[in-house]
Amino acid sequence: MTRVGIAACGIIPFTRDDQSIESVLLESVVDLFEGSDADRGSVDAVLVSTNSNSKYLAPILSETAGLGPNIAHTVENLCNSGTNAMVSGYSYIASGLADVVLVSGAERYDSPGQVLEWDRSRGGFKHPIFWASILARSYKRRFSISEEQLAMVPVKNHRHARDNPNAMSKKACTIQDVIESKRVTDDIRLLECSRPCTGSASVLLASEDAAKRLSKEPVWIAGIGQKTASAGFTKSESFSSLESTRIAADVALRMAGHAPKDIDVAEVHDAFSVCEPMALESMGLCGPGGGAGMVRDMYDTENRMINPRGGLIGSGHPLGATGIAQAVEITQQLRADAGSRQVGGARTGLVHNMSAAGTSSTVLVLER
Amino acid sequence: MTFESELAEGRFRIPECASCKKTVWPPTPYCSRCLGPVRLSDGDHTGTIAEFSRKDGEYFCMVEFGDVRILAGIRDAPKVGQKVGICRCGISNGDYFFEVQ
Repeated sequence: MTRVGIAACGIIPFTRDDQSIESVLLESVVDLFEGSDADRGSVDAVLVSTNSNSKYLAPILSETAGLGPNIAHTVENLCNSGTNAMVSGYSYIASGLADVVLVSGAERYDSPGQVLEWDRSRGGFKHPIFWASILARSYKRRFSISEEQLAMVPVKNHRHARDNPNAMSKKACTIQDVIESKRVTDDIRLLECSRPCTGSASVLLASEDAAKRLSKEPVWIAGIGQKTASAGFTKSESFSSLESTRIAADVALRMAGHAPKDIDVAEVHDAFSVCEPMALESMGLCGPGGGAGMVRDMYDTENRMINPRGGLIGSGHPLGATGIAQAVEITQQLRADAGSRQVGGARTGLVHNMSAAGTSSTVLVLER
Repeated sequence: MTFESELAEGRFRIPECASCKKTVWPPTPYCSRCLGPVRLSDGDHTGTIAEFSRKDGEYFCMVEFGDVRILAGIRDAPKVGQKVGICRCGISNGDYFFEVQ
């Protein structure tokens, strides 16, 4: 089976702009081809990741970008649509059905993917703020974590986002700012939430031979792990850990032949502040209950290892583009091309992307 | 008679498989274990509050009825471990709603 690499990346600033999904999609593809030597004629599959209700987006993107793929279709899986589309692209290449796959994710600020209408066991409490509040309360209770400790997540990630030209947030904040921001629920403040936005990101996946031809510095997808534990939030095994993330990370790291300690840089799905420490613990990057302390240590030492682009909280969360934007960041980090966000000497990176309160997760391990 | 038609009448009944007796939740027409047909179980269901929070002054909580979990409203300040029953439920604008006490 061929290795699969990321040969090129494209991304645009995340905003609250009212722009058609078709034009948002196209923008990161234009950025990708303008910033690389990749040839549009080499693309033989186009996958679009989005929760938009607009139809036939992959053929539309192909036509408007001047691509002539054999395969073109949409992938939707709520917030981890992006990494699911990348895994689909990987599979097309590994199976020999395609050699070069463009994976583009895009979303508008008013995406219908923010609420899972099917999950009626949530009663009248369908918005993500309700599951996030249950997780936050449960996590704080189990590990005796204070709201000030959780507030370090947005403090760190907003600080990182200041060095990300594509992030929505440009403003640093203090623990006091987080605590004094609007109390959305008893357990979540406004600054602890990622914000839906308009944005797009693209990667060009290629077989080993094609990646070496299209790029001087391909980044390899060394490990893939996915787990779907359930669809409904109320079926989750635990409300203070992420079981699907634990399994996905274990599978991805084993496939890559790595242990958690080998990860130099990671993008973690911090949809709400509590998600970051829970993900760090579930992936074995620290022990149970140690995530908040790890976040504090990273902030104090200006260590950008986790969420160097600002995560979802700092960058914004255009659902279908998020997983791909995470992969773009890790690719830039591994190419030592992340500018002032650069984590020194990064050789092995990880992307963690999840959906619907962590009922499903994808973890990718990337290497240069 | 379905879970939904009963809920629309304000009755909370727990679906279970007619063949293997597994609780089927969220409610679906077939059992996820054996794909057998689903029926509704009778009885006064007592649940336990597993977690809670509050938004705009109104409490909401995760309640466990055996293998069934729901997010429900509750009027008074809840406690984890508190025993509760459904006091109001139904369908409003297409959405289920549950209230416990």
